[in-house]
Amino acid sequence: MNNLNPHTLSLPKAVVTLAAGALFGFGLSLATMVQPEVVINFLLFKDWGLMLVMGGAAGLAMLAYKGFPRWFIRPLLGGQFLTQPSNWNRQTVIGSAIFGIGWGLSGVCPGPAIAALGTGNTDILWALGGIVLGALAHGLTARD
Amino acid sequence: MNLIETLFPLGWQHYLLGGLTIGAGVALLFLFNGWVGGMSSVFSSSWSFVSKRAFFQQARFVSTRNWRLVYALGVVLGALVWRFTLAGGEAQHTSVSAWQLLVGGFLVGYGARLGNGCTSGHGICGLGSLQLPSLFAVLTFMATAFITANLMAWSLA
Repeated sequence: MNNLNPHTLSLPKAVVTLAAGALFGFGLSLATMVQPEVVINFLLFKDWGLMLVMGGAAGLAMLAYKGFPRWFIRPLLGGQFLTQPSNWNRQTVIGSAIFGIGWGLSGVCPGPAIAALGTGNTDILWALGGIVLGALAHGLTARD
Repeated sequence: MNLIETLFPLGWQHYLLGGLTIGAGVALLFLFNGWVGGMSSVFSSSWSFVSKRAFFQQARFVSTRNWRLVYALGVVLGALVWRFTLAGGEAQHTSVSAWQLLVGGFLVGYGARLGNGCTSGHGICGLGSLQLPSLFAVLTFMATAFITANLMAWSLA
């Protein structure tokens, strides 16, 4: 069943997507990345845990991105194995630099901001609201 | 004190286990659906439901907005499960001030979208697919975050 849009969300794919997100959110919480203090302590070199989190996650992701397209012709629920190439240009440099300033100031990044809705950390709703507005400001001023 | 305790005063197992769980989620999404699941895109793709602006109506947002929203919902669900299984059900709190969260959040949202990725998009998916631009992006935001956090700690001291 080859669909024109490889992103079409069938019911089985929606269930997997929800489960994948749940693993992501559970993992973020288990790793205490949902606590801004832990992230800030990493940035102050007091606790290197974040390196293990990112390393463990990126390591598994690497096995998946390299392995699955070799072992399977297509994803188990159809469609195609997509890639999301990143580019190195002015926008990436400036955007990443600004992102880092905000991350260092708040100790919050997009995943943990969303997870805060589940952990019940209402303080972090300030950050979630900020991210929502920041993404809007970017879209309204983008020259694309 | 040995090296492990110096680097990881709160222990290291939960960090690694949590990271592997995040990686398992990313791997699952790719294995079954073929999709690359960074987190920050949902903040642009969801605006496409509301704003008619051409930027938000790009195919890369409109075609992925449904699954990205379900993915984000899953993150909330996973955090909720953690809270009621391992964290005793109590709501979490942070001592970081509201203005830092709001202003920092705004810069995080703006910067992640301008730079096309965040700690998960560049840091997990980008590094996981061995993309050099993502490595540079990670090094860039680690550097500015390190400077900012240290300046803050210094000014509050």
